[in-house]
Amino acid sequence: MAYYRSTILVSMDPVCVRKGAVQVKDQLIAELKVLNLMDEVEILDTARIGDPETQGPDILVYPEGVHYISLTTDSVKPLVEEHFIKGREMQQYAAKLRDITDDEVRAPKEKEIRVILENIGKIDPRNIEDYIAVDGYQALAKVLNEMSREDVIQTILDSKLRGRGGAGFPTGMKWKFAAGAKGFPKYMICNADEGDPGAFMNRKVLEGDPHSVIEGMAIGGYAVGANQGYIYCRAEYPIAVSTLNTAIEQAREYGLLGKNIMGTDFSFDLEVRMGAGAFVCGEETALIASIEGSRGEPRVRPPFPATKGLWGKPTNINNVETYANVPRIIQRGLEWYTSMGSEKSKGTKTFALAGDVMHTGLIEVPFGMTLREIIYDIGGGIKGGKGYKAVQTGGPMGGCLPEQFLDLEVDYETLGAAGSIMGSGGMIVMDENTCMVDIARFFMEFTQEESCGKCVPCRVGTRRILEILERICAGEGKPEDIDMLHTLCDEIIQDSLCGLGQGAPNPVVSTLKHFLNEYEAHIYEKRCPAKVCRNLISFQISEEKCTGCTVCARNCPVGAITGERKLTHHINKDICIRCGICEQVCNFGAVEVN
Amino acid sequence: MPKINSIEDLKRLREEAQKIKELRDQTGKTQIVVGMGTVGIAAGARETLKAILTYIEDNKLTDIILRQTGNFGLTGQDPVVKVTLPGKEEVVYAKVAPDVAKRIMKEHIGNGNVVLEYKISE
Repeated sequence: MAYYRSTILVSMDPVCVRKGAVQVKDQLIAELKVLNLMDEVEILDTARIGDPETQGPDILVYPEGVHYISLTTDSVKPLVEEHFIKGREMQQYAAKLRDITDDEVRAPKEKEIRVILENIGKIDPRNIEDYIAVDGYQALAKVLNEMSREDVIQTILDSKLRGRGGAGFPTGMKWKFAAGAKGFPKYMICNADEGDPGAFMNRKVLEGDPHSVIEGMAIGGYAVGANQGYIYCRAEYPIAVSTLNTAIEQAREYGLLGKNIMGTDFSFDLEVRMGAGAFVCGEETALIASIEGSRGEPRVRPPFPATKGLWGKPTNINNVETYANVPRIIQRGLEWYTSMGSEKSKGTKTFALAGDVMHTGLIEVPFGMTLREIIYDIGGGIKGGKGYKAVQTGGPMGGCLPEQFLDLEVDYETLGAAGSIMGSGGMIVMDENTCMVDIARFFMEFTQEESCGKCVPCRVGTRRILEILERICAGEGKPEDIDMLHTLCDEIIQDSLCGLGQGAPNPVVSTLKHFLNEYEAHIYEKRCPAKVCRNLISFQISEEKCTGCTVCARNCPVGAITGERKLTHHINKDICIRCGICEQVCNFGAVEVN
Repeated sequence: MPKINSIEDLKRLREEAQKIKELRDQTGKTQIVVGMGTVGIAAGARETLKAILTYIEDNKLTDIILRQTGNFGLTGQDPVVKVTLPGKEEVVYAKVAPDVAKRIMKEHIGNGNVVLEYKISE
């Protein structure tokens, strides 16, 4: 291969071509010939570089990495002379290139294994060729050329891939049901309605590596016999939606979506459907209703979507992360995939670490890693050197796991047995200063608000639980409240229509089980052990520590603090509204909470 | 963009795409910069650049970035060539005629020995 000192990449995006990219390229070649530079400078076509609408036709020149935009045939001559003869960057056409590094996803820690997150920040999600460079669409090519539908389903079954949406149902089984269901046409749906507070792994995959999901869906479509797919993504994720649309458009241009993919007789196309951000639309039947244009409300199952789904036709629904696993399993093989993970759960899982942990953010670990390793080795331990109290896994419907579960090896079964769920992978770490009753109240507030209201246990039950918890936090708890909470939780779990109601009481059930003493302290002693619930605490100023600097008195919004300069100050408890400002502003730690 | 119509198309595209991706990655590569201002070109910088290119091609060297820049501002020293081996201090050479360029390529880039006679101290 000849050595070129410089390479020009010309964007051949359809929009750029419309705006004259081919003419610009021809002119480039002509100018280089005139200057006798053709054996020094190489010209290559590429997919989009910048935004074709505002910057096309554009080129990228290496090794300098300069991005020249909005070129015309007239601008080529001076550009070639300046850049390639005189070696000067031509500022008037140069633009800053979009950075593809991602500051939301950190470099992996030692114990992490990155599979789903491996490309994020490393490839340009808006350029399909970047994905192709990292073996993208090779799995789809392999499936279409070498494997039968049954082979694909068997491979996914053997990989023991399980639904990453949280329930952990074997993906291969799901595909088998949909493939075997009678009815035509069949549909593929990607559930990208990520709604757990603090969880953003699906958004990151859609924004950073959208083609892995598209490829996974196309492979699934081939396996179950579907030719149309929908990605249901919430409108609160505008960047994910626009990245997905760009990716789908590019895949169509390259013949990787649409009719006769890669010259075979398999056709598959995708569309993005936006949801209005209702939490319940993550439930599959509600999601289907929403795509159909109805209210996002769940319905009774069976019939399951595999037999009667979208528009009454057989439908397969998987989560973003599940689909992103598929091409990797096909491409790298079962042996590689099943070497990661625990006995029953293979592969890796992304988690969104949040709360009182040193390093918050997205992580990816193989199944079977202990909570202690995740929180301490990867998460860096509890913020501010405080003690660990609990971790809540799986989003608002998960349970809180106290210290004795720290050595739990995380997978679907172990979390379920411990009274929590895998969920989509939210992980909220709480330190010793967290009030567990208040936490239960917080999550109840969320699920109560997000309950769609279709079935009574969930609609009324969550409201009643919330009222009781609010009363307990306000110091008005009654002894019979604990029994009442137990009864309510049991009935909501048993009688609710969908997963939202069945999971909603989980934070209450788990905190009642592991932190009953805190409930009792609130109810019987009217005391909040973590000193969080405002109505159950009081502030007072320590005589030893107070220097009489008057800062607290000047900052108190209700004038409850009195005292002479350089003498100990006092808080009038009748006036105090327990806002905590005095504690925050005191420079000597003299304000104590009881 | 041409449609991908077969597995071979896809493999070919992957190779092209990998090459482009490789271009973006500039860590761990040797950098050679030739001063190509008006003075540089008049003093023969084009021939020097050609000589370096030919040397790279003939010896099938990889991981080298050859770029040009404007005038180095070293009056009477053109053609000027700057060489930076990965992790090393940069070395600036003066009056690099094509045969000197070849020597620099062989001794400095090939064996890591700076050609002291042509080196300019900063």
